Parts: sequence; C-alpha cells; structure tokens
Amino acid sequence: MYSTIQDLGRHGYQEYGVPYSGVMDMHSASMANVLLGNDKHAAVIEMTMTGPTLKFSCDTSICISGADMSPKLNEVPIKLNKQISIKKGDLVSFGKLISGFRGYLAVLGGFKTEKVMNSYSMYHGITDQSTLFKNSSLLIDTSLKSLGKKHAVIKMRNTHFNVKKIEVFKGPEFQKLSQEQQELLLSQDFTISKENNRMAYQLEELLENNLEPIITSSVLPGTVQLTPSGKLIVLMRDCQTTGGYPRVLQLKESAINILAQKFTGHTICFDLKALLI
Amino acid sequence: MIYKLTYKPFGERAVLIEWPAVIDENTLLDISLFKEKIKNEDLEYIVEIRNAYDSLLVVYVKELISFRNILNKFGELYHQEKKHFKLRPKLWKIPVCYDDIFAIDLNEMALEKGVSKDTIIKLHAKAVYTVYFIGFLPGFMYLGGLDKKLHTPRKSTPRLKIPKGAVAIGGEQTGIYPSESPGGWNIIGNSPIEFFNPKNNIPCFANAGDRIVFNPISIKAYKDITTLVEAGVYQLESEVIGD
Repeated sequence: MYSTIQDLGRHGYQEYGVPYSGVMDMHSASMANVLLGNDKHAAVIEMTMTGPTLKFSCDTSICISGADMSPKLNEVPIKLNKQISIKKGDLVSFGKLISGFRGYLAVLGGFKTEKVMNSYSMYHGITDQSTLFKNSSLLIDTSLKSLGKKHAVIKMRNTHFNVKKIEVFKGPEFQKLSQEQQELLLSQDFTISKENNRMAYQLEELLENNLEPIITSSVLPGTVQLTPSGKLIVLMRDCQTTGGYPRVLQLKESAINILAQKFTGHTICFDLKALLI
Repeated sequence: MIYKLTYKPFGERAVLIEWPAVIDENTLLDISLFKEKIKNEDLEYIVEIRNAYDSLLVVYVKELISFRNILNKFGELYHQEKKHFKLRPKLWKIPVCYDDIFAIDLNEMALEKGVSKDTIIKLHAKAVYTVYFIGFLPGFMYLGGLDKKLHTPRKSTPRLKIPKGAVAIGGEQTGIYPSESPGGWNIIGNSPIEFFNPKNNIPCFANAGDRIVFNPISIKAYKDITTLVEAGVYQLESEVIGD
C-alpha cells in the first residue's frame, strides 16, 4: 500500500530546490473536494493502486474520487464521486482495482497533517512523515457541518481513464530533434515502464538520438526529457526542479492528470497541440 | 552588457528566457539583475521566478496575461536602465572537516592526481565559489569556481547513500549534499551546518549570486559546531560583498 496526504502542492519554493508535489491527478482530487463543499486546497489521501482501511473516530462526510478501487463502508460497496456520511466507528476499506491507478479520499474540511511551506503534501525530507503507515492517525476538523446536496453524484467521463492520447506542446529543445525524430516521437506508441512513480514515468521504447546534454536548466511537472540512450522520462509532481537532459515535450496540464491514472504496461501516444499565444 | 535573449513558451503558463548557452559569472549577473527587476515590479500575474545557469523560468497566471503580453512587458523591462538595481551578494564561510573519517575518497583522489591530500584540501579551501542556483535536491547549491586541478570524474557506480553534509567533487563541479541521498560524486569532507531547513520561512541561507568559501576545521571543531547547530544557536559567518 502506498498512500500519502496531498493538496495542490508547494508553490514558491522551487528556487530552493523544493519539488511542487501535490495530487498527481488534480482533476479527480478536486472533484472529491468540490462534492464535499471543501476548498480546492483541502488535503486529501492519495491512494496508489489500492487503498488503506480507515477507521473513523468521529462523525464526518467523505467523498472518494479517481481510480475505482471498489470502496466499501462497513463491508457494503459505496459509490465514487458522491458524498458519504460517516458515523463514529465506521470502517472504510478498498478492494480490487477496477479502473485508473490513483484514488482520492477527501474528508469534510480536509486532513490536518503537518503543514510545511504552505502545503500538507507529504515529501521525504520536507514533511516529517512521508507516507501513511499502519496505525497512522489523521486529524480532521470535526466542527464543520456538511452541506446538503447529499444525493449529488457526478459521473466521471471514462475517457479520463481510457484515453491513450497524451496532449503535449513542444518542449524547449524540441527543435533540436531531426524531422524524422520529431515524427517518430509524435506517431509511435509508447509503453509505460515499471519505473513509474510520483517523481517520473519512464517509457519503454527508445528514441535514438544524438542530442547533446543541455546546461542544467529548469524543469516542470509534465516535462518530457530525452536521455542520450534514447529513454523518454515524463516528469511528474514530485520531480526535481532542474535537469540536464533535453526537454523535448511538455505535457498539457490536463494530460498530467490523465497520465497519473496509468501504470506499467499501459500504452500512450503523444498528441502535439499548438500553444495559443 | 545586453545579451540576445530567447523567449520560449514552456507549457501553458510558463516562459523560459534563455541567455547564450555558457556558464559564466557575467551571464549569472545579468540573469540576477533581470530577475530582481521583474520581482521589483510586483506583477500580480507572476507566480514564481527561478534561474539556472543560462536561463530564467517565469511561471504566470495565464488567466491574467497572455504569453505575447509577457514578451512585450519583459522585453521592455530588460532594456530599461538598470543602474538603480543593486545586488547585494553575500560571502558565506562554510566550515568543512576534511578529516579521513569523512573524506572517504580523498586518498584515492590524491593517488590518482599524484599530489598530497593536503594539496587537494588547500586548493579546495582556497577558492571563492559562486552560487549559480539551487536545484537537484532541496538546498543543493550549484557552485562555480572549482580549480581545474581538482576536476575529477564521477564514480562509475554511484553510492546508494551519501551522508548529509558531504562535501564532494563531481566532474568540474563541487557541492554539498544537504540531505542523505544517492550520488556519484567523490567525497572529500563534511560540513556540520544545515543547508536546508524546511521549518524555516526561507529554507536556505544562500541565494543565487552569493559566494561561498570553505573553512577547514578539526574533528573537535566539527563536533562543537554540530552541538551548536543541534541546539539551534550556531551563527554562520557571512559578509556583504561589493557595493
């Protein structure tokens, strides 16, 4: 099990080498918060592939969004993208992964773990705790009253999990690729390798190239780096702030959310979009 | 000097401004001045601004300004008279213990280069280094100014754990590991001070453009400083340079 507390990330500290962090799939996490009437910055649990079993020691409301991990409340299946009332002593658990890869559990008012540099997002070396572990206890605000609208259910579009196209823009070094390399990069299918985590997703298929390394420069989540051996690395939310590999593509923000729901063995292809400037 | 800058969109809401691709102090100075100018404007649409060796990245709120308008604004700003912008870089004196208990690669480096360990330490501690920017790990300073005689290739197999505070040489660069991490650089000492503290409002003491020197200390002094650092009372020596 790999679960962490995340919000929309740590902004304004990149000049000190601090990664942004934050939920990998902002679209799904925001959905869970919106349905509870939370602020969009409220901290949620990000669950990867499977979720923890949570025992509540107070009444509250939750909403689960993103990957479908067969959530249950006291052993009874519950819906995604719907506000769920929780009573003291209730158990929320997860089962088989049906779709997606990362699930989000939001709670009324958000989780109140350690806040460092204006963010609850867990990251090794920044927050004291870097993942949730067995018997972790999490604080929530019990003074809040849930807003009505308990019957509202939002249906997520399946394309969020099924689409193969990853929309991209040209990266700063795209033009250094030959015409042929550019065409290959934009027409070929790529398979997500087992090296995929919150820092980066590596792709299996190689893109032969003779690009020189660049002088170390800034990178962003969604930057696609090309190594001398031809490996493509898509940087994700916990990525370093700088890098020395040519930056051939930059994912559209929404495409980072889509990629975050994919894992080892899934195929993607890059779909080049023109920037409206 | 006025450089020819290139502006590139970097995703939907960032602009990458590039200087000619070289690593030198004049470029850094020009980048730092431009960065200060932009910061000084207090533009409500700017979220973040950070530099590397030959570039400046500006992240903005795309709902508030277009890429085209950013270009116009920045182009104008860059050519504005800059004499009333004074950078006040600092010189930081970093204590480093080069004793064998920390300097696990010093012996091999000395043998390789056919010089004494002392010569390496003297050369390393004699130079004044420039902080170009912080990246790679939280609090890791990219330093320029390593003596050519000390350039040493990275280890062919990186170590899985390099201790916090390790002072190391990798290729043409020297640096300090602010936290335990894997790494392939040659370790020649250790500094007892904190280079990154996430609990501080400003987590690093140094900024891009600052200078640092390494001040060799004994094991005894290392232990004394460690005690002070742990108690939160250690004062790092620094001075403002130039004016």
